[in-house]
Amino acid sequence: MADYISLFVKSIFIDNMIFAYFLGMCSYLAVSKNVKTANGLGIAVIAVLLITLPINYLLNEYVLKPDALVEGLDLSFLSFIIFIAVIAAIVQIVEMVVEKFAPALYSQLGIFLPLIAVNCAILGGSLFMQERDFVSVGEPVVYALGSGIGWWLAIVALAAIREKMAYSHVPAGLKGLGITFITVGLMGIAFMTFMGIQL
Amino acid sequence: MKNFDFKETFLNPIFKGNPISVLVLGICSSLAVTVELKGACVMGLSVMIVTAMSSLICSLLRNTIPNRIRIIVQLVVVALMVILVDQVLKAYAYSVSKTLSVYIGLIITNCIVMGRIEAYALGNKPFASFMDGLGNGVGYALILIIVAFFRELLGSGTLFGFDVLNRFGYVPNGLMILPPMALILLGCIIWVQRSIQKDLQEK
Repeated sequence: MADYISLFVKSIFIDNMIFAYFLGMCSYLAVSKNVKTANGLGIAVIAVLLITLPINYLLNEYVLKPDALVEGLDLSFLSFIIFIAVIAAIVQIVEMVVEKFAPALYSQLGIFLPLIAVNCAILGGSLFMQERDFVSVGEPVVYALGSGIGWWLAIVALAAIREKMAYSHVPAGLKGLGITFITVGLMGIAFMTFMGIQL
Repeated sequence: MKNFDFKETFLNPIFKGNPISVLVLGICSSLAVTVELKGACVMGLSVMIVTAMSSLICSLLRNTIPNRIRIIVQLVVVALMVILVDQVLKAYAYSVSKTLSVYIGLIITNCIVMGRIEAYALGNKPFASFMDGLGNGVGYALILIIVAFFRELLGSGTLFGFDVLNRFGYVPNGLMILPPMALILLGCIIWVQRSIQKDLQEK
């Protein structure tokens, strides 16, 4: 149990997807102009990560690893294409399910769901999972939840800062994109303070 | 075949329409590899090959791909190129491939590749698409190398692993190696570029 809590806290704060690995930067910068949409995208990322990571873990464990499917067969070179196919398929299914059963949520998340298929944070999560050699299916679930929450936290915080920043005087050349990058960098330095946490 | 401006197609994405600093595409997998110049060069080269080749292939296929499944086809082409690059790196430059770890795989979801295929390769001739992909790859690599240059020079006092500043009594600034500095440096590059090209400034 203690490992799970440690993994959870670590993936939120220390191995934060945005600040430590720069994953999902594109949508992070594009969709962080106001808190409400940022919140929607953040929740969608958590949901998709939670579904795709365990599936990719099982696929990796029972199909792709050397000797997993058939003795002497190493399919690990196929992992990129399998992972991205699973992610694209899951995103499509999630979109259809949400549209059918929760139309209100769908209209809120609608535009973000297709975007998520090419969000680096999702594929990055699967690739990190593959690299870390988790031992049971519980670990990727906890890892997905943690890194999803970390991503959500980062995008909502940046959106809130950008909303406030609209009223400040920024040098002409830095306006918009430039100052956003510098803000993210400063937030990253703030997150660095969590680095020493040991659980 | 001569109805496109060769120089324009190639050079525009390097400076005026730089994929990172102007279009803000593909920052995801890029900044983490800028701690050292070597990693940045390999990553830049890989992205260049992937964008150029997948633009070329998608452009060759553009009349046969049904519109509704084009995204899947593009993803498969890009993933194929990335797998090739990854396998070559693993075979011939294992240590570099270890340091780049997952980031080579993340080229698949790099928005530059998909963005250029979607915006350019599907509507243009193969050679023009190839040049466009190559130009974007070079523009991308250029930013990576600038960021990596400053981070390695100031962060460890070396360039390509060779001692440059340390012999003059320079104490390496550990802050430059930490991830946030890549973002701040990129912010500064954008600042410089937008101060020179005033038309890019946002209101």
